[in-house]
Amino acid sequence: MLQLQHLKKYYASQKAVDDISLHVQKGSIYGLLGPNGAGKSSLLRMVTGITIPDEGKIIFNDETYSPLIHNKHIGYMPEERGLYKKMKVGEQTLYLAQLKGLEKIEAMKKINFWFTKMDMNNWWNKKVEDLSKGMSQKLQFVITIIHDPLLLILDEPFSGLDPINSEIIKQEIFQLANNGTTILFSTHRMEQVEEICKEIALVNKGKLILQGEVKNIKNQFKKNQYKLVIDQDLNGFENNIISKKDFEYVLQFSDIEASKSVLKHCLQNNFHVYSFQEIYPSLNEIFIQQVADASGSRQFIN
Amino acid sequence: MKKIWLIIKREYLTRVRKKSFIVTTLLVPLLMFGLISLFVYMAVKIETKQKLVVQDDSGNFINQIDTVQKLYSIVYEKKQLNESTQAILERTKADIFLHIFKVTDSKPDSVHIYKEGGVSLSAKEFITGQLDEIYQLKLLQDAGINKNTIDSIQHSNIQLKSFDLKDNKETNAEIASGIGYAMGIIIYMVIFIYGAGVMRGVMEEKTNRIAEVIISSVKPFQLMMSKIIGIALVGLTQFVMWSCLLTILQLLIPFLIPGFSESIQGGMPANINVSNQMEALSKNENIGLIQSVMNQNWLLIISCFLFYFLGGYFLYAAMFAAVGSLVNEDPQEAQQLTLPVTMPIILGFVIMITSLKDPNGALSVFGSLFPLTSPIVMMARIPYGVPAWQLITSMLLLIGGFIFMTWLSAKIYRTGILMYGKKPSWKEVIKWIKYS
Repeated sequence: MLQLQHLKKYYASQKAVDDISLHVQKGSIYGLLGPNGAGKSSLLRMVTGITIPDEGKIIFNDETYSPLIHNKHIGYMPEERGLYKKMKVGEQTLYLAQLKGLEKIEAMKKINFWFTKMDMNNWWNKKVEDLSKGMSQKLQFVITIIHDPLLLILDEPFSGLDPINSEIIKQEIFQLANNGTTILFSTHRMEQVEEICKEIALVNKGKLILQGEVKNIKNQFKKNQYKLVIDQDLNGFENNIISKKDFEYVLQFSDIEASKSVLKHCLQNNFHVYSFQEIYPSLNEIFIQQVADASGSRQFIN
Repeated sequence: MKKIWLIIKREYLTRVRKKSFIVTTLLVPLLMFGLISLFVYMAVKIETKQKLVVQDDSGNFINQIDTVQKLYSIVYEKKQLNESTQAILERTKADIFLHIFKVTDSKPDSVHIYKEGGVSLSAKEFITGQLDEIYQLKLLQDAGINKNTIDSIQHSNIQLKSFDLKDNKETNAEIASGIGYAMGIIIYMVIFIYGAGVMRGVMEEKTNRIAEVIISSVKPFQLMMSKIIGIALVGLTQFVMWSCLLTILQLLIPFLIPGFSESIQGGMPANINVSNQMEALSKNENIGLIQSVMNQNWLLIISCFLFYFLGGYFLYAAMFAAVGSLVNEDPQEAQQLTLPVTMPIILGFVIMITSLKDPNGALSVFGSLFPLTSPIVMMARIPYGVPAWQLITSMLLLIGGFIFMTWLSAKIYRTGILMYGKKPSWKEVIKWIKYS
């Protein structure tokens, strides 16, 4: 669906995007992670045609990306969100839908559909400045997807959202992906990524650090640590125990085979095993570990 | 193309539908009209004369000062014994006390004027004018010249008519400068009002953070130009409405204020004690005035006005758009950043004032060719007649300047509109121009 090949964008004072290549599959939800200032927004701006890459290529649906041709298939919600405050909700939605290339009649149909679905029908004549923050974010999301984009690009879609709206939008994202929309979004909130994305890319200082399916990445960074909960003291594994709290143990083994010995031991001694599970690192931990050696988030060339 | 049209439509409609637009469009002509009517009314009707008390020790001026004029009522009075100036002012309830001493030839301070708070310039002018005239008359009479002779000399003046060499039509410098001044001011105001409108529009898009949403649908340049065109249409609408309203109001005057037009026409000449001959002459003069207004090449003036109106607006609107794209939330920033844009406008205004006096001087010619000042300065020169080559060069330079400025502004705008946070320095802006 979307391929980025060796994208580079240098600004006068910093390398915002430094040789990044990605491949986003059709219908997938792809998360772009990185600390603030890592170059996520710069990357997304190139994919939406707002800025032009200094080097590299963007392939959209097997064609070289051109904003004029492809932008009508892209829905983009920037990090800096906003609408005309003094304009009425209905008029504004219609205007922005038409700017995306929809005909007026078609646009009205779509607006009615989404306004009904999102329970916004009585907003039509309200001014944007009269909406609450949550309401205007919902409106912004509807405006982003009003023209049924094939590719949805969301820059920090959950920042500033309350839990209720956050959930609504998450559900919409799932539904859209099920219907075949490809979604590329950036965030610095890891817990959401684990919930939503199948694939991620980790960016720092304009460079791609990690990329792949969440499951594989976690496997790659796992430390063969296990959590065991039993009903008695565990003896004979003193070298493996990292921490102990009541009868809850965190154990370190050299590999999977070694970890089985402790289960065997428990069964032989007829312990009651409440739980035994491998501890996967959270993306957060991986993220922090990967980014930790960077002292500042941006590298300035001067 | 369709998107550009959509944006122009939005820019136009949101502005025209605003209450403030409707109010100013209706109110400005009414206000202008009211103000002018008030002036005329005051000049004609209200007579609050100041009381001028004259003590003439010389005896040369007594009962000689013009009493027909409407500003001062004149009373001749003498100080009583040991009376102070303050006291006589109070006693006679005078506003101004004029003390003329016995004139011994060439004594410099032979006349004193007293007024609480100092004497105004106009009062001083009036008094010196009167005294000079009377004194000169007396001297002439003293020299043995017959009074009738003096009168006839005084009332004779040379009628001057000037003609344009090209078409032998009568020209009139006053009229030309009047028209030039009015046109120059209008363009000056247009640039300021609507240019600032463009800037505010851009700032709105930037501070509301909607620019990025729109830029993902249309090119920044399209957005900028559509906005500029949309606002230009708003300006033209307002102008057309104003001219219509003013015309209608003008037609309504006789009904609204009965006796208004007579008082304007009758007001002034009636008070100046002129002979019938003079009246006839002034009527002739009026006809001549109208004729020389008509003699102006209105086709040229109006088409040039439209050209410079639009050219000046587009040139500056692009610059204002660029400035607007640099501003963050802080309105103070806007003020600092607009300085480089407003300076040349004000410079143009200053040059225009000079060129009204000297329309073909080096500064005027330069000002009317230089694109940043030419819309204002050239308009002031046109009623006087401008060589064709200068007009063509000026127009070409303005078009060139407009294209260059738009190109430059678009580069700044493109980057600026998406930059949030710190106010960029001019050094950074130059970098954007170079790299984008």
